[in-house]
Amino acid sequence: MCLGIPGQVVEIVDAEQHIAVVDVSGVRRAISVRLLSEQGVSVGDWVLVHVGFAMAQIDASEAQMTLDQVKKMGRDYTDEMDAFRASEIA
Amino acid sequence: MKFVDEFRDPAAARALVRAITDLAGDNEYKFMEVCGGHTHTIYRHGLEHILPPNIELVHGPGCPVCVIPMGRVDDAMWLAEQPDVIFTTFGDMMRVPGSRGSLLDAKARGADVRFVYSPLDALKVAVENPDKHVVFFAVGFETTAPSTAVTLVRAKALGVTNFSVFCNHVTIVPPIKAILESPDLRLSGFLGPGHVSTVVGTAPYRFVPEVYGLPIVVAGFEPLDILASVHMLLRQIRDGRAEVENQYSRVVRDEGNVAALKLLGETMELRPHFEWRGLGFISQSALKVATAFADFDAEERFSMPGIRVADPKACQCGEVLKGVLKPWECKVFGTACTPETPIGTCMVSPEGACAAYYNFGRLHRETAILVGQGQGADA
Ligand code: SF4
Repeated sequence: MCLGIPGQVVEIVDAEQHIAVVDVSGVRRAISVRLLSEQGVSVGDWVLVHVGFAMAQIDASEAQMTLDQVKKMGRDYTDEMDAFRASEIA
Repeated sequence: MKFVDEFRDPAAARALVRAITDLAGDNEYKFMEVCGGHTHTIYRHGLEHILPPNIELVHGPGCPVCVIPMGRVDDAMWLAEQPDVIFTTFGDMMRVPGSRGSLLDAKARGADVRFVYSPLDALKVAVENPDKHVVFFAVGFETTAPSTAVTLVRAKALGVTNFSVFCNHVTIVPPIKAILESPDLRLSGFLGPGHVSTVVGTAPYRFVPEVYGLPIVVAGFEPLDILASVHMLLRQIRDGRAEVENQYSRVVRDEGNVAALKLLGETMELRPHFEWRGLGFISQSALKVATAFADFDAEERFSMPGIRVADPKACQCGEVLKGVLKPWECKVFGTACTPETPIGTCMVSPEGACAAYYNFGRLHRETAILVGQGQGADA
């Protein structure tokens, strides 16, 4: 549950509601980017995704490093991805 | 240094371990990592065997699933069993044992318990089921609480009337204080939590050096991050400094996430006190839904029993959460208590010290002991 998984913003679906689609390891889901409303997010940005929310902006190399790291977690990573896949926000 | 070969940058890891060994000299150090994610990395990569034996890493109360007391789980089960309620929770909480079993058992008995990835998913369930009341079991530190905050704001904006939050969000600073006040443990410094700090920033930890004279370094989750942070702690000690330093500045900003903190302030209030598993009541250590959002507060909408039960006798999670006991020192570890049949919370979540150690640490320890015997050195 505490995992933060890197995802890349591929579409801003609803700017008013701060909903964006991110790609996490090939899985695309809508998440809330409301918590990053101060700095704003754009298509192409990498963010750390936690329980359906972008919680921090990260750069591409940090994203890659974190992704490698969480993938090594094995089952915890696949469980997290299964949960992410099941999410239907917005 | 066998395990170092699996690191992203083995040369950097070796250099760091050498520098750490030099700095540590013959002194004994005890550093507590507060965050469950760190515990996971440490066991997964066998860091406690890579570090010199006079540096001990002790695990703290940073796994949000682990610190929920049994009574709150019983309350959650009570809510889940109310008529016309759909009870939603993160998957990790499903298996946490209460005194009458877990939410998974409640589900097997017929309660409508659903696991969700996000509080926003729970809100969606409410919108789609107008004739039911949907409760979301909110747990987590300041990392997760802002997600609940946004969901509350959204629920209000949408005018949803059949949604409420059973709020169990906790805050990171009070348990650190409680541990520093406890006589059981003499620490040399802290590895500060990574993700929590993306929200709260680094300022809330200033009391660690200012009041207790100890260094604290906010650390990332890569094994190299942990080594680098230990190195930073030792450097502070060598220089006679005690400060808050940020090793994870590529993600954590010193000021934290201002938008998230503002949302938290609008939607939640500090509770006067809250019970933590194994740590007892800690004042101002948890959040409740703010009065302005009382319609969405499960504790206001239902006359909840407010169950309080003592932790099971066999369970030594409290000692593990305070860093006084190592997981394998608990009497039921790996025998009566396993990830499949957890007795305590620390065995449930992958961030829990017992589960992390059960899954990875054991193997490293066994290998390390073998290697140690082969070389005549202590593991
Ligand atoms: S082994 Fe089980 S009962 Fe013992 S401390 Fe760990 S989780 Fe708690």
